Amino acid sequence: MIRFVCFRLLQSLIALAILSVVVFVLARATGDPLHMILPMSATEEDYANARQYLGLDRPYVEQYLTFVGRAATGDFGNSIRARRPVSEILRERLPNSLRLALFAMTVSLAMAFPLGVLAAVKKGTGLDRAAQVISVLGQSLPSFWVAIILVEFVAGRWQWLPAGGNEGFTSYILPGFTLGWFVVAGLMRLLRSGMLEVLDSEYVKLARLKGVAESRVVWMHALKNALIPVVTFAGIYFSILVTTAIVVETVFAWPGLGRLAYEGISSRDFPVIQAVVLTTAAIVTVVNLAVDLLYAVIDPRIRYAR
Amino acid sequence: MAADPAGGTLTLPEAPTRPAAGARGRRLPLLPIGIIATFIVVAALAPLLSPASPYEQSLRHRFTPPAWEDGGAWAHPLGTDRLGRDMLARIMYGARVSLAAGVLTVLLASAFGAAVGLVAGYYGGRVDAVLMRMTDATMSFPVILLALILAVTVGPSFFNVVLAIAVILWARYARVIRGEVLTLMELDFIAQARIAGAGAGRIITRHLAPNTLNTLVVLVTLQIGYVIIVEASLSFLGAGIPPPTPAWGSMIAEGRDFVTSAWWVSLLPGLAILLVVLAFNLLGDWLRDTLDPKLRQL
Repeated sequence: MIRFVCFRLLQSLIALAILSVVVFVLARATGDPLHMILPMSATEEDYANARQYLGLDRPYVEQYLTFVGRAATGDFGNSIRARRPVSEILRERLPNSLRLALFAMTVSLAMAFPLGVLAAVKKGTGLDRAAQVISVLGQSLPSFWVAIILVEFVAGRWQWLPAGGNEGFTSYILPGFTLGWFVVAGLMRLLRSGMLEVLDSEYVKLARLKGVAESRVVWMHALKNALIPVVTFAGIYFSILVTTAIVVETVFAWPGLGRLAYEGISSRDFPVIQAVVLTTAAIVTVVNLAVDLLYAVIDPRIRYAR
Repeated sequence: MAADPAGGTLTLPEAPTRPAAGARGRRLPLLPIGIIATFIVVAALAPLLSPASPYEQSLRHRFTPPAWEDGGAWAHPLGTDRLGRDMLARIMYGARVSLAAGVLTVLLASAFGAAVGLVAGYYGGRVDAVLMRMTDATMSFPVILLALILAVTVGPSFFNVVLAIAVILWARYARVIRGEVLTLMELDFIAQARIAGAGAGRIITRHLAPNTLNTLVVLVTLQIGYVIIVEASLSFLGAGIPPPTPAWGSMIAEGRDFVTSAWWVSLLPGLAILLVVLAFNLLGDWLRDTLDPKLRQL
């Protein structure tokens, strides 16, 4: 087990290192960063000074190591637009994003579990069909479009709920549901197909023959094994959640990382985008690592296969 | 078949009324196919079918509502946007962008991913281990991050969007195709091909690849819809296809601030996305159930 953990840890670090190289190369290969930092009126001398000051006259390898060293300690330089350290902005925004993601995750789990399991148990009924409609729509509706409609009607015309912002619990409801709904679709599908397979298995039949109560068979015996594919895909769902969150936060003006990415794009604020991408990648990597370890604990076959 | 010895008449087995296994008596999903075909025709013939140029501005006619609303006119059946550009024309040209991005990305990703999957599954051992670790690391990486980086450094463009999505998406194909190849490798016909002296290249291209085609078709269909949504999300954020090219995502973004007064600018392109993606997903579901029921989890 320890070998497996070390191996996965190393793999995560390599993935992050590759990404940091990509970011670094793209940043350097696509023009002099000084053009973005210095004013239009800067002279040749200003450029030379700034180059020396920022260490841009050093060899690339050295520059890269400095960049990684700083990024690892959370120093991403100054935002070109806001003119203050990116790390400060990150500290303000990240908790908001995490809170929203947590809320959305809770919502989607609370919806996906009962729906997915019941759809499998009551296969072919109206409930199953309704679940399938929810699932297909969840995969076909553009999240930002749904968000715009919700903001316009639920928050604007009917004024039932606030359109995001920071007005206590109610401001979580609209963005949280929009975000959660898109994860529900995939999760529910996996649970349903997993449950159908498991409910058909010999040991579930045996449990029934032994006289175990049906609810116990479904929710304990079957669900436990139907969870394995769900855990396998958990990493992918998390990355879908991150992608959707960036878009959803933008529409609901949620003061998180996603909104920050949007602002960074529209003002071509490279240090901000770099920080958002690397921070998000680090979070995704940690979550994936956790998922894999959890998986190895649930299903020992995985550990030995590697 | 031999003649019947008793009466001399020939009895033929009854012809099956429908392809027995596989099709499972499911009807062709005509509605999704119809929607996809319509959008393909519209995209291909946009210059011929479109009532106006998607770029021509006319500030005097800005925010003209669709023809059926008060103040609408048949000159602009679906109304006009902030700059007085014809919405129908922009949605038609937008179909070109969305479909092209969807198809091109999926083709690139599936070709590369399938190649990786075939090689990993065929050689096994260390080759397989290395390739699959790469696949795992790629698979759960959010597409959007790479696209964001490309957008601020190289600048947003059609090609960058395709590249950013394809660079991540191939991993799905590699995983699934490799699984398929592993099963195929156990079968007798591969061993027989080997005995007959077929080399690795021949076995992979002639024996393994054709047998994974069903799976590939299902996966490609299911992924086109996903790619269209991702492309639209990127264009919506300003990290996708840059204006003034009519892309559905950026059209929704442009109309966002005017939803209250001019709902059609934002809502109609969204409807187009919903229709196309829904059609691809339904067709993909049908293909999966028909061709390859094993793939229920995709």
